[in-house]
Amino acid sequence: MTYSSQAATSPRAAKWLSALGRWAFVLPVLLLNLVVVVIPSVAGLAVAFTDWTGYNVPNFVGLANFQRLFQDEIFFLALKNNLVWTVMFLTAPIFVGLLGAYILSTIRHGQMFFRVVYFIPYVVASVVNTQMWRQLLNPRVGIGPLLAERGITFLDFPIFGTRETSLFGVAFVDAWHFWGFLVVLYLSAMSAVDVELYEVARLDGASRFQQFRFVTLPSIRPTLVFTILMIIIWSSTTFDYVYMLTAGGPANSSELMSTYLYDNAFSRFDAGYAATIGMMMSLWVALAVAGFVYLRRRGWEI
Amino acid sequence: MFANRRTQSSIPSYIVLILLAIFALAPLVILAMNSVKSTPEIGRNPIGLPENVLFENFTEAWEEGNYAVTTRNSIILTVSTIAGTLTIAGLAAFALARLKLKGANLIAFYFLVGTSVPAQLFMIPLFFVWREIGLVNTHIGLIIIYCALYAPFATYLLRSYMVALPEEFVEAAKIDGASNWHVFRHIIMPLSWPGFLTAGLVIGLNVWNEFLFAVTFLPGTENRPIATSLFAFQQRFGRDWGLTSAGSVIMVLPIIVLFLLLQRRFIEGLTQGGLKA
Repeated sequence: MTYSSQAATSPRAAKWLSALGRWAFVLPVLLLNLVVVVIPSVAGLAVAFTDWTGYNVPNFVGLANFQRLFQDEIFFLALKNNLVWTVMFLTAPIFVGLLGAYILSTIRHGQMFFRVVYFIPYVVASVVNTQMWRQLLNPRVGIGPLLAERGITFLDFPIFGTRETSLFGVAFVDAWHFWGFLVVLYLSAMSAVDVELYEVARLDGASRFQQFRFVTLPSIRPTLVFTILMIIIWSSTTFDYVYMLTAGGPANSSELMSTYLYDNAFSRFDAGYAATIGMMMSLWVALAVAGFVYLRRRGWEI
Repeated sequence: MFANRRTQSSIPSYIVLILLAIFALAPLVILAMNSVKSTPEIGRNPIGLPENVLFENFTEAWEEGNYAVTTRNSIILTVSTIAGTLTIAGLAAFALARLKLKGANLIAFYFLVGTSVPAQLFMIPLFFVWREIGLVNTHIGLIIIYCALYAPFATYLLRSYMVALPEEFVEAAKIDGASNWHVFRHIIMPLSWPGFLTAGLVIGLNVWNEFLFAVTFLPGTENRPIATSLFAFQQRFGRDWGLTSAGSVIMVLPIIVLFLLLQRRFIEGLTQGGLKA
């Protein structure tokens, strides 16, 4: 694949050939991504304006799907659940992640060991993780009845089968496999912080919490903001854990946009309506990215 | 005095760290112990050590779960996706790192948009197109999708390795009149093998564990990987906890062993570039 013929062609053609040769390296990735992601995404946006079932020739129906969406109680329940999910993931896992990372950053021995241990749940498949917790939180063979024998009864009920707790139960199982990932991200950001800053703070009599608040937290802000953005984006599309543990039930109490979309697209032959839900999910992601870009323009180092 | 205060205050630190370690590991240890218990024993003793170690769960799960077939399917999907993705991403990374491409920023933007689109949006049209052209229920159909999904991540990971390579090697080869292809194949690729290994491990882990696309694009029972067949197995043997635990252990054990052996590369790869596992 040498371009020995270049010498014979004009300099301009040679320049073009060489540019083409360089672009040829990028072309396979771009084409594949275009076929699998970009064109179907555009088609998905277009389908939202049709009555497509997945099997018929789609007819343009204007905004009918959107009118239906804005009157659909289940969609709003799912949207609310996605928001609750986001708030849960922005609090508990980030708190535990920061706590674990900060303590790890102050110890002398075993940092590597704990880092690896905390990361293990992150490589466990969703289908294995859900199996494990389905048993542990089972009202007959889990830890609930075991604790109840000792008088602790708060876990002794079907968590995934109760409307008030199903969403929290599923989010807990997902978060169990996620927080260690945050520990590792925050720890690597914290180990880049200048040690002298801590020494100055200590000389000023800062407590450990004050050191965390006024030295660590500002120093790792770019990583913190990045994880917040990722959590907001991932929370809108999360699927596996709800699908496996509750399938959105009981009575849609743990329904998410993704599971509701999936149900419409592949069980109810309502691909056009499903695409409308997909458009709302894209809007969520677009707003999060726009917010990120805005903060960056405002001069935040993120 | 400082050192002294530090050691004193580090005991509560270790207590918190150990509690977190137990929280991370206990469910997995319980899963492993339950995989060698009979189901009645799990009812009596759901989280304790097994009274009788029962390896029959594994042979029965292997048979009933059709693991001989599903393991083969998972390996086909994983290996082919790694090979396909690394090939196209390696080429693209080389061009972005080493060749002066006009429009490299445009490509970065394109990847950013392409990777933030919710999968559920493009999955619907993609599924019906794949069905039209006969790619649903075929391995190649899903492998093509996985390659497209993971290539942007792999491209940027490999690019960061290739950018860091010393300039001299490439310059020397260019003076000798080597083509871009030659430089890529014989200089850049061998030198950036750690990047290929890291990217390959992350992609392999993702394919092995992947559920949403697998359950949608391989709905049949003969072609499906372990992830989706294990889910069906759990639905079928819902209350046979010993059996389903063994089925789960078969899937997760190779991953945990590989992770412990190569944890640095896994952690490095998984914490770079937002690819959710």
